[in-house]
Amino acid sequence: MNSVLVAQDLGKRYGRRWALRDCSLEIPAGHVVGLVGPNGAGKTTLLKLAAGQLVPSEGRLTVLGGQPDGSASQLAKVGFVAQDTPAYSGLSVEEHLRLGARLNPGWDAELARDRIAKLGLDPRQRAGKLSGGQRAQLALTLGLAKRPELLILDEPVASLDPLARREFLQGLMEAVVDHDFSVVLSSHLVSDLERTCDYLIVLIGSRVQVAGEVDKLLSTHHRLTGPRRDHLPSDQHVVSATHTDRQSTFVIRTDSPIHDPSWAVTQLTLEDLVLAYMATPGRVHAGPTLEVQR
Amino acid sequence: MIRFHLDGRSGVSPYMQLKQQVRHALRLGLLREGDQLPTVKDVVAQLAINPNTVLKAYRELEHDGLIAARPGLGTFVTRTLTDTSLSAHAPLRRELERWMAKARSAGLDDESIEALFMTTFRAGAQEDIA
Amino acid sequence: MIWLTWRQFRGSAALMGAVLALVGLVLVLTGPGMAAEYSKGLSNCLANGFCDRFYNDFFDRYQQPFLGVTLVVLVLPALIGFFWGAPLITRELENGTHLLVWNQSVTRSRWLAVKLLVIGLTVMAATCLLGLAVTWWSDPLDKSAADGWALMSPLVFDARGIVPMAYAGFAFVLGITTGLLIGRTLPAMAVTLLIFVGLQLAVPMLVRPHFQAPISANVALSGGNVEGFNRDPGGMGLKLRDQIPTDAGAWVLTNHLVNPQGRKLADGEVFPLTPEGDKACTPLSPSQVGQGDPMGACFAELNRLGYRQAATYHPTRSFWLFQGIETGIYAALTIALTWLCFWWIRRRSS
Repeated sequence: MNSVLVAQDLGKRYGRRWALRDCSLEIPAGHVVGLVGPNGAGKTTLLKLAAGQLVPSEGRLTVLGGQPDGSASQLAKVGFVAQDTPAYSGLSVEEHLRLGARLNPGWDAELARDRIAKLGLDPRQRAGKLSGGQRAQLALTLGLAKRPELLILDEPVASLDPLARREFLQGLMEAVVDHDFSVVLSSHLVSDLERTCDYLIVLIGSRVQVAGEVDKLLSTHHRLTGPRRDHLPSDQHVVSATHTDRQSTFVIRTDSPIHDPSWAVTQLTLEDLVLAYMATPGRVHAGPTLEVQR
Repeated sequence: MIRFHLDGRSGVSPYMQLKQQVRHALRLGLLREGDQLPTVKDVVAQLAINPNTVLKAYRELEHDGLIAARPGLGTFVTRTLTDTSLSAHAPLRRELERWMAKARSAGLDDESIEALFMTTFRAGAQEDIA
Repeated sequence: MIWLTWRQFRGSAALMGAVLALVGLVLVLTGPGMAAEYSKGLSNCLANGFCDRFYNDFFDRYQQPFLGVTLVVLVLPALIGFFWGAPLITRELENGTHLLVWNQSVTRSRWLAVKLLVIGLTVMAATCLLGLAVTWWSDPLDKSAADGWALMSPLVFDARGIVPMAYAGFAFVLGITTGLLIGRTLPAMAVTLLIFVGLQLAVPMLVRPHFQAPISANVALSGGNVEGFNRDPGGMGLKLRDQIPTDAGAWVLTNHLVNPQGRKLADGEVFPLTPEGDKACTPLSPSQVGQGDPMGACFAELNRLGYRQAATYHPTRSFWLFQGIETGIYAALTIALTWLCFWWIRRRSS
């Protein structure tokens, strides 16, 4: 399977502070990838690196087979909807579409017009007078009509109300069905991503904690509850562990079935899974990225 | 045509929920042979979910032999799950209603009735598996 | 890209176009009349052989429009750098719209190049036109310029010919550069203004005098280079104008009165007079003054004795040479800053 993004030991430093470190990833094509992590974890840095807006401090990054170097051909392949979906407040909706048409060789004018009509936006309206949801939709339209192979969205729904959030994601998912491109979107809320993503990357403290297909992640992570115990078999990777004097609760990742009858095994939701990783940000979970590089 | 909905709190993965809803509709006779299922795009647009989720649910239903995709036309129901059992529903419901009346007259409140039913149901289901 | 740049810029361009059109209209309407008045007055006074008074009156009459127009041309480049150059990119950075435009299929270098070229060339064309129009309009005034407003003197020189174009281009690119490096509008505007004004002061004071070796000359005294007398029991003192009588537009760098022995006298220093000189230099009553030079006899006597104005100056005929050199210097600075901008935007971490 083709990869949309391959990162090897990727790192980005601002002065002395590392915003992203030791990031090794391989994201297969055809997925809607959720990048989740707390604010300041390095999500924006990773996305901007992928979009060619930043230059890596170390390591290698390949996006759609090319270096994200800000060249015109690479820019044409990757769409980027920045955080807070900026737009030129003085330009009308129509002029934004014109901007897109003039600046993108692969511009899909029909898609853009249809979307604006479907959203019920007045083409003559200035972007400065649009609501947050409308502006986000305008930015999404620009990103979609460029017809990229990969569309990157940085916290696209963070500042939207629930209705606008849903409408935005509906539009995005519809476009995925119609035009068959890969998507990477970030959020600090798992609930935004739960329905839309089939691939998840958890980024905490500037490091990738786990990455993989959502179904696979859910089927290999379990919560074990039982009498107190300090060690688990070596094929069970402990994500988080909490103990009382009598009882132990583990969140583990394993590919093998759990036979030990002393454990009560429960399934995790995606949110539980992410929270388990967030609870132990210091720990390096080396395994998952290898698992992805099949 | 049926409309899907998702329960975010159920803990059941979205594709499973879609699958169950189709099976449920087949069982209750809401969907019959030859009926069309919503297109992937319609489901995606309605629920704001990942298209792969819908595709996966449809793929598994197709694998179960319940539906079939006809290229260019859509996805259609090929088999119902009601065949024999639907006629038995009415007498079974009447029996259950009689049983519930008995339970009430024995002094059980709604909560107790539900608990009794669920434990009996689960025990029976476990025996079936074993 | 050109469309977008123009779309973002058209408001400011229209404003500048309107202002320039207004100034241009005023110049075109008043210029020919003023030139006619000048040539008529000049031929009248030449008939009398004494034109100092005509020059003074003519310049005095038009001094306000002269200063106004000169000021407009002087200030315009700074305004362009301040209001157009500095915010051009910082505004995008502050609103985050650079992320929108940098993610279309256009490289940042091309984005910057189009902005620089479209707006920069418009700005330079406009200021070039204005500079040349003002040079044409003020030609009679520059010929009769009063002390301190000579064509070659720093303030007037900066507002004539093609240097306004060079200043405007430089100020615009300077604004963009500070904007890119600083990233915020207000500080970028302040720094742009500071650097530009500093350079506008430093170049005429430190650099421009050395464009060419100045002319050193001992010039006969006349109403053209003597501003006033100071009669004293011990003789008289003279106060010189910073002007060369035969070259009203010259930029006088040093200026002294020298006595017949060749010694430099301080400004207003009293020197003894011969009895003939004392007589010639006694001011006449107004009734005795005709159309001629009231102090003509006095100057003749002083010149006969060997008193001279010893001056070093850059003559008016060097005007276009100096304009060329100055334009070249600013063009080089502009190109260097442009290069810096491109270098920076390629490796900028947004």
